[in-house]
Amino acid sequence: MRRVVVTGIGMVTPLGVGVQNNWTRLIEGESGIRGIQSFDVSDLPAKIAGQVPRGETSSGLFNPDDYVPPKDQRKMDEFIVLAMAAAKESIADSGWVPPDDEARERTGVLVGSGIGGLPSIADGAVTLHEKGPRRISPFFIPQSLINLASGHISIAHGFKGPNHSVVTACSTGAHAIGDAARLIMWDDADVMIAGGTEAAVSRLGIAGFAAARALSTNFNDRPSAASRPYDRDRDGFVMGEGAGVVVLEELEHAKRRGAKIYAEVVGYGMSGDAYHITSPPDDGNGAFRSMRAALKRAGIGTDGIDYINAHGTSTPLGDEIELGAVKRLFGADIGTVSMSSTKSAIGHLLGAAGAVEAIYCIKAITDGVVPPTLNLENPSEGCLGVDLVPKTSKEKRVRAALSNSFGFGGTNASLIFREFA
Amino acid sequence: MSDIAERVKKIVVEHLGVEEAKVTENASFIDDLGADSLDTVELVMAFEEEFGVEIPDDAAEKILTVKDAIDFIKANTAA
Repeated sequence: MRRVVVTGIGMVTPLGVGVQNNWTRLIEGESGIRGIQSFDVSDLPAKIAGQVPRGETSSGLFNPDDYVPPKDQRKMDEFIVLAMAAAKESIADSGWVPPDDEARERTGVLVGSGIGGLPSIADGAVTLHEKGPRRISPFFIPQSLINLASGHISIAHGFKGPNHSVVTACSTGAHAIGDAARLIMWDDADVMIAGGTEAAVSRLGIAGFAAARALSTNFNDRPSAASRPYDRDRDGFVMGEGAGVVVLEELEHAKRRGAKIYAEVVGYGMSGDAYHITSPPDDGNGAFRSMRAALKRAGIGTDGIDYINAHGTSTPLGDEIELGAVKRLFGADIGTVSMSSTKSAIGHLLGAAGAVEAIYCIKAITDGVVPPTLNLENPSEGCLGVDLVPKTSKEKRVRAALSNSFGFGGTNASLIFREFA
Repeated sequence: MSDIAERVKKIVVEHLGVEEAKVTENASFIDDLGADSLDTVELVMAFEEEFGVEIPDDAAEKILTVKDAIDFIKANTAA
């Protein structure tokens, strides 16, 4: 099977624009969770979120005009613009510019989203109700469709290979990277632009997740303390928005052009819970099987994994169930692995989470630093006996890192990245 | 130049993101101003909104240039 490496990384998150900017702030323990100012939250139970900070690009803030001309922004929901920004950084970082048509046809895009254009759909429904069908924009459908993130990236960069998308709730980003790697392994492409994007922090999005009792509501007055995976006071996740995009490349292709190689994609495992639409089974067997499958594919044992970027959303049930599965799988090796949830800093980016967190894993490998779990003051009883990297990052050699993503519907994905020597 | 012509041109500049100087009366939305078929549908909607007129689909299909739009609106709004 052909080997696949990561040669480009790019992201936009509540910590700002750009991987380096993100990473610096992440390992310094900064939080991107704030009170929501961009829409009315007075009647919503959750009033906080991880929103992408707007402003000048030179300050590490997000200015959509730098990625999409203002006249075209009307034709895209925000999740597409965020994907365009992360893709632009990632592609530039990789240095990959297809020299001819054949190379363009061997370069594909696979960027997913969990929810897609929810704000556009909400606005469209109001327009339909108040003004009737003649006032619905011809761009309403293309601005909302999830695969249009991949579509716009391909149009902007001229990539004519496989054009695909993934929609698996909070596992989207991980599935997108794993599936894209397989397209390269199977020789359907040499280079894939892969990742996830999400921009569902909106009145309808908050109302929906709050109705499912999934969101933190006890920390509206202390936003940066709200996302606290494994802590005994955790009470739900904090919605986040953003995008993460990687450039995946066949190893020999990357070597031939002298590309910088961050890490190798060695493991990808998937499973289904077949249990409940929003809750994992108590024994976490779906999570267990997903991780086990990724390890098997990677051909390495649990003693070869030095860091786990947990799904760890800060919900009372989910955190302990995932941790229980990790403990069973790792056995005695639980003593040497570090596991943290970066959702403590950026919230839950839903369809973008798996992609952003994969990039954090890659940075942990290349920089030898594992990011912290913020706000972990008092681990709950089921969260003892594991290094959860509480509150501050720490230096540690990471030979291989495992990233978990679990989604509504009982869909699980695990990725393993290994250092490339 | 009439007020209607100015307002039409302003909408075209905003929606198509083109320089004002390019929006001459004879300019074709698609051939000269870079619009695609979806842009022209949206332009017609913007004219309807701005001038409070209804532009039926068969009439909209004939609005290909800035002048076509101005003429239709002049003919279908109370002066």
